[in-house]
Amino acid sequence: MPTPLAARNVSHRFGSVVALDDVSIDVPAGRAVALVGESGSGKTTLLRCFNRLVEPLRGEVRVGDQDVRAQPAVTLRRGIGYVQQHGGLLPHWRVLRNVALVPVLREMTDAVDAARRALELVGLPVADFGHRFPHELSGGQRQRVALARSIAARPGVILLDEPFGALDAISRAELQESFDAMRRDLSVTTLLVTHDLAEAGRLADEVVVMRAGRIEQQGTMRTLITAPATDYVARLIERARAGLEALRL
Amino acid sequence: MKRILRSLALVEFAVAASAHAQSTATETATHSQQRPVVVASKPFGESYLLCEMFAQLLESRGMSVERRPGLGATEIAFGALRTGAIDAYPEYTGTGLVAVLHDSLPDSVLADSRAVFAHVARRFADEYGVRWLPPLGFQNTYAIAVTRATASKYHLRTLSDLARESPHLTAGFTADFIGRNDGLVGLSKVYGLHPRAVRPLAPAVKYQALASGAVDVIDGYSTDGLLARYDLVTLIDDRHFFPPYEAAALVNGKLESQIPNAVAALTLLSGRLDEKTMRQLNRRVEVDGEDVRVVAADELNTLGLIGGRQSTARVEQSRSGFARYMWDRRGDLAVLTLRHLLLVGLALLAAVIVAVPLGLFLERTRPLAEPSIGALGVLQTIPSIALLAFMIPLLGVGVIPALVALWLYALYPIARGTYTGVRDADPDAVAAAEALGTTPVQRLMWVRLPLAAPVIMAGIRTAAVITVGAATLAAFIGAGGLGEPIVAGLALADTRMILSGALPAAALALVVDGVLGLVERLIAPAHRREGIWRRQAPLMRTPNV
Repeated sequence: MPTPLAARNVSHRFGSVVALDDVSIDVPAGRAVALVGESGSGKTTLLRCFNRLVEPLRGEVRVGDQDVRAQPAVTLRRGIGYVQQHGGLLPHWRVLRNVALVPVLREMTDAVDAARRALELVGLPVADFGHRFPHELSGGQRQRVALARSIAARPGVILLDEPFGALDAISRAELQESFDAMRRDLSVTTLLVTHDLAEAGRLADEVVVMRAGRIEQQGTMRTLITAPATDYVARLIERARAGLEALRL
Repeated sequence: MKRILRSLALVEFAVAASAHAQSTATETATHSQQRPVVVASKPFGESYLLCEMFAQLLESRGMSVERRPGLGATEIAFGALRTGAIDAYPEYTGTGLVAVLHDSLPDSVLADSRAVFAHVARRFADEYGVRWLPPLGFQNTYAIAVTRATASKYHLRTLSDLARESPHLTAGFTADFIGRNDGLVGLSKVYGLHPRAVRPLAPAVKYQALASGAVDVIDGYSTDGLLARYDLVTLIDDRHFFPPYEAAALVNGKLESQIPNAVAALTLLSGRLDEKTMRQLNRRVEVDGEDVRVVAADELNTLGLIGGRQSTARVEQSRSGFARYMWDRRGDLAVLTLRHLLLVGLALLAAVIVAVPLGLFLERTRPLAEPSIGALGVLQTIPSIALLAFMIPLLGVGVIPALVALWLYALYPIARGTYTGVRDADPDAVAAAEALGTTPVQRLMWVRLPLAAPVIMAGIRTAAVITVGAATLAAFIGAGGLGEPIVAGLALADTRMILSGALPAAALALVVDGVLGLVERLIAPAHRREGIWRRQAPLMRTPNV
């Protein structure tokens, strides 16, 4: 069951540095939203508010129909998938055990089967990969395992923090493709952090452009291109386009 | 905590029991009701010999005896006596006057050894509740000695002559002598003695150092067996700097009320040993390499204080090779090795129990970490013998203070290893585990500890090897172990005896390191295991934390 996400007037600071300044966003159930911006724009901080890795100083954060603080952080997190840039697989656990982590935490009786299915879904048959250690996989395969781990317990939401950022271009394109297919199959609500506008356009229904802790614009990629709300958004689009033009020559 | 204390007490008991079992071989009768009399010595030959004579005398009168020979130096032996950890040991009035009381007397009194004895005995009784039994009958004063060649080259006859020539001479003095007011400190003041260099030497090697020309002048004892062997010249104390050093049994004040027979028995030796006799006995031990037990028994027999030979385990002095020597002592060495291992094992176990949680705690309170671990590191810089000496006023002598000192040494490497290992354990994996809903305890047990295990284990291995080495020094405070033959060998100038402790200790360090290396491979994170160990890593295991 996909779960909607919402943030209302959320502000946060680290020491004297403002990370989020009165930010509000909505992610409707089953949709995918990409947070785009430079380093320090606050996009990762906003993402981490939804599984309470960051507890904002002000504002309200909701997952489904509940404030995130309504339940213990540990319980909340077990219901939310999470993928980070460097997979974060436990190096001393074999692939199958890594993927079964959340099902085991949730004490699901079919934890191993759940892990098996998730691995099949990301294109890594258990027979070939289940017994391997993470260091016996390629970078792309490791991210696939991380992806499988995030969906193994069938969460209503997944949060992805630069999930493909450390991969080479080809693995990256392949992984984007299979992720997109998988997300639609599972119809899971997705919040994605990326600094790559093209990736955001490819994977997300809507894009949120952030800058210095504030939202510049939220809308579809088409809206961003045709009607950029600020100079910053316009420049961002222009730069991404210039990159594509260079390829065309 | 209570349980730890109780188990420590059990060990103390077990260790004491084994020591007791060793000594029962030479006992004829034992009063099962009475506690054993604890007889000790300082770490040099004459002291060992007198201690053994005390012990055999007591045993011949039906008392059970516990021997604690070779206790550190004056502070340690006297500290142990004062706190009641030992009952008696041989001491010298001059040492009591200067090194313990820090007292000085007018020259007129110093010239009269009886007056000095009376003065020292009174002050010890008043201030420490410690009793000097009537003197044994000989003096053992410091004998500042040079070779005959040096004496003639520089025309040395008196200490004043020596002071005049001292800028040309290198001195080799025992550490004890260098620091004492009745040693080098006072000699410099009174005679103006300022050698070109002063080398601290162990008592066992000073004669060899002098004979080989490595040093020009040493501090000997006037009853040393080796003075005659090397044909040395003893310089005359022309300003009467040294106080009289009359030997006597020093006993704890409580012994008389608890075991009056013991005091009565020890008093039988008073006035029975003159200087000539003592020099001969020392010579048999230090030069001829005879067993202390044999020499002690012979003399007690000669004095008519024990009858027959029944109380003596006469040990054949086999001169045939080191291997044979070790083989003959295999039983003793096995017991000492076991005891050594027990000391190391317990100290290490206690250190792991404290330092691993400490390291984990510090990892969660990072600002405290470096200062705290740094403080433990400072402990590491205290010389073992000094740390052991600090323990005496608090914990007496024996196994407990040794365990505490060894435990203190082992804390640093283990706490450091744990802190560093857990802090640096794959931060990505830890962050992911947190984001996916593991509890802090689960992260610790499933991720951080398994990944930190090799670093923690490396700390434990370091601590283990350090502890095996440091434990040899525990013999100085009567904790036994392989340090016992080392300390005794140093005191008696017996190289084979030193090696019979040092070699097993070195082997033990290698074995302990090797065994812990295997453990390290066993507990390495699954993905880093190799070969046979690897197959044991589970494909899938439901964690149960």
